[in-house]
Amino acid sequence: MATLEIKDLHVEIDGKEILKGVNLTINTNEVHAIMGPNGTGKSTLASAIMGHPKYEVTQGEVFLDGENVLEMEVDERAKAGLFLAMQYPSEIAGVTNADFLRSAINARREEGDEISLMKFIKELDKTMDFLEMPEEMAQRYLNEGFSGGEKKRNEILQMMMIKPTFGILDEIDSGLDIDALKVVSKGINEMRDEGFGCLMITHYQRLLNYITPDYVHVMMQGKIVKSGGQELAQKLEAEGYEWIKAELGIEDADAVTEEA
Amino acid sequence: MTVETKLALSVEEVRAFSQQHGEPQAFADFRANALEQATALNFPKPDRTNITKWNFIDFPAHTVESAAYASLDELPEAVKAVVDAEQANLYIQRNNTPAYTRISEELQAKGVIITDIQTAVRDHADLVEKYFMTTAVKVDEHKLTAYHAALVNGGVFVYVPRNVVVEEPIQVVFVHDNAEASLFNHVLVVAEESSAVTYVETYISTVEEAKGLVNVVTEVIAKDNAQVTFGAVDNLTVGFTAYMNRRGHAERDAKIDWALGLMTDSDTIYENTTNLVGDNSTSDFKMVTVGTGSQKLNFTTLIRQWGKNSDGQILKHGVMKDSAQSIFNGIGHIMHGGTKANAEQESRVLMLSEGARGDANPILLIDEDDVTAGHAASVGRVDPAQLYYLMSRGISQAEAERLVIHGFLAPVVNNLPIEGVKKQLTEVIERKVR
Repeated sequence: MATLEIKDLHVEIDGKEILKGVNLTINTNEVHAIMGPNGTGKSTLASAIMGHPKYEVTQGEVFLDGENVLEMEVDERAKAGLFLAMQYPSEIAGVTNADFLRSAINARREEGDEISLMKFIKELDKTMDFLEMPEEMAQRYLNEGFSGGEKKRNEILQMMMIKPTFGILDEIDSGLDIDALKVVSKGINEMRDEGFGCLMITHYQRLLNYITPDYVHVMMQGKIVKSGGQELAQKLEAEGYEWIKAELGIEDADAVTEEA
Repeated sequence: MTVETKLALSVEEVRAFSQQHGEPQAFADFRANALEQATALNFPKPDRTNITKWNFIDFPAHTVESAAYASLDELPEAVKAVVDAEQANLYIQRNNTPAYTRISEELQAKGVIITDIQTAVRDHADLVEKYFMTTAVKVDEHKLTAYHAALVNGGVFVYVPRNVVVEEPIQVVFVHDNAEASLFNHVLVVAEESSAVTYVETYISTVEEAKGLVNVVTEVIAKDNAQVTFGAVDNLTVGFTAYMNRRGHAERDAKIDWALGLMTDSDTIYENTTNLVGDNSTSDFKMVTVGTGSQKLNFTTLIRQWGKNSDGQILKHGVMKDSAQSIFNGIGHIMHGGTKANAEQESRVLMLSEGARGDANPILLIDEDDVTAGHAASVGRVDPAQLYYLMSRGISQAEAERLVIHGFLAPVVNNLPIEGVKKQLTEVIERKVR
């Protein structure tokens, strides 16, 4: 079993504090969902864990099996087992999806132990088939000209191929039509096992109809303010966030703003 | 007022050179006449690059003696790497010496000509007279075209008769292995009606120093319905002063496509013009470059469109590092009468160091109403968001940068039809961006 431990995490962007002390522990074989209104720091949490250069951690720690994640470069975090499915994946012209994926897989392997081309192609074909992606997408340039839904599928394809220990999914469901959402969810559910833990960040309860989380957390104003099980998500769906605000005495006036 | 320039050779010396190579009297006169014009004509004025201090006139030697290659086994390793041993149609020039020619019997039987320019001047005088600096590039455009015409000392002639489709690419390699050498190469590709040919040339230095000049004029003439694909990798060393003119002339329904990897380390003025003269003619121009050291570069690409329904596409991608200075001029010019013509261009420059400079200068000149045109230009650094994305998949920063840069230069690499040349360009890029 592996553990991702977030302790009292404070994060600033351009000098403005967005996360104000987040505590969260995720084990493999668990799926956690973080919900909350827009602009409460959900995506900041995902980006800070992965090491986005714009986010500055001012306090707190993140450990992956005892290793200090915050001291690692972005690529080292990935090699240690973290994966972030991004809300806005970059487009990279001239680099095919397949070449990129092979580089990513080999980056995690020792020199001399690179994945064989045949094995790679076989696995890629199988996974793309599973995600109902047309074969030609392997030879298209990375995310270039992909539709919103294609990009999200491509993020899941990467996660399934790279096989991280922890997958963080940043609004993987936003802007997806129901067919695409089903496929993306199928991919995530396929990953669920003893060697994989997942943190899903979402704005919509709908995603949780397809992926049943073990834990649901509500984030507001840069903190996790409430945690529970699947029933918490259902209550949020039925009643919105107002009751939590009332219960905890949170006022909207000082809601934090958040970029992407 | 024009200032007369003292040229490196006299008319007598030029006539002697012509005679020594057994050229017809008409060509000796042509050279002599061109030299006289070169004295008085002005230098070209590449937009935004001042070349008044550049030496385009003096050189250590007009020609250097080099031995021919008796077989491909004698080629230097760097040249072997770009030449496929199975290559059916091949011309190799060593400095100023035609060093190796191979042309398939099948093509010879069909009347295809692939020969060094000196042989062409002697043995195909009628065709040379008809096309040599008459249609695409004119002798009297400026001092450098006239100087070129007077001093031509190498190059190749490719002639494809009517309806002949050359299936295998024609490969030409210009080897530079003598620091004293100057290259006044003339490349003349004539594709007659409804013919098709792919031509790929490589300039390669196996010495690390050059003291001479490069004054190359390339003319590609595509007659009605002909198709020419022109690929090139320029990879000459530092020290030349270089003028590289590659010009296309496309008649009705003709197509001239360019894929140029411009990797020469010397200061260079690149002038690439394609004239879409005939209706429905098209040109797809793609070039990539990597500027290094303190080199100065000017890439002026012009597609002039007279033809109705003609289509001109310009794509230029450049990476600039160290203190390289570069100007990317792109001009789409739709002439009066070119209705329904389309002119598109894109110039992008990626800066890898503080001291490098790259200016993209897109220009559209439209003299007709019913046309479409567009341009895009950008100058910037490697996008940190792209690096973050790639690194978040475990790819190191150095490898991520490498992927982004190779991707940026891929449009030309992927368009080169000869595997060895493609591989060579990839390796040159690898070496230059490291």
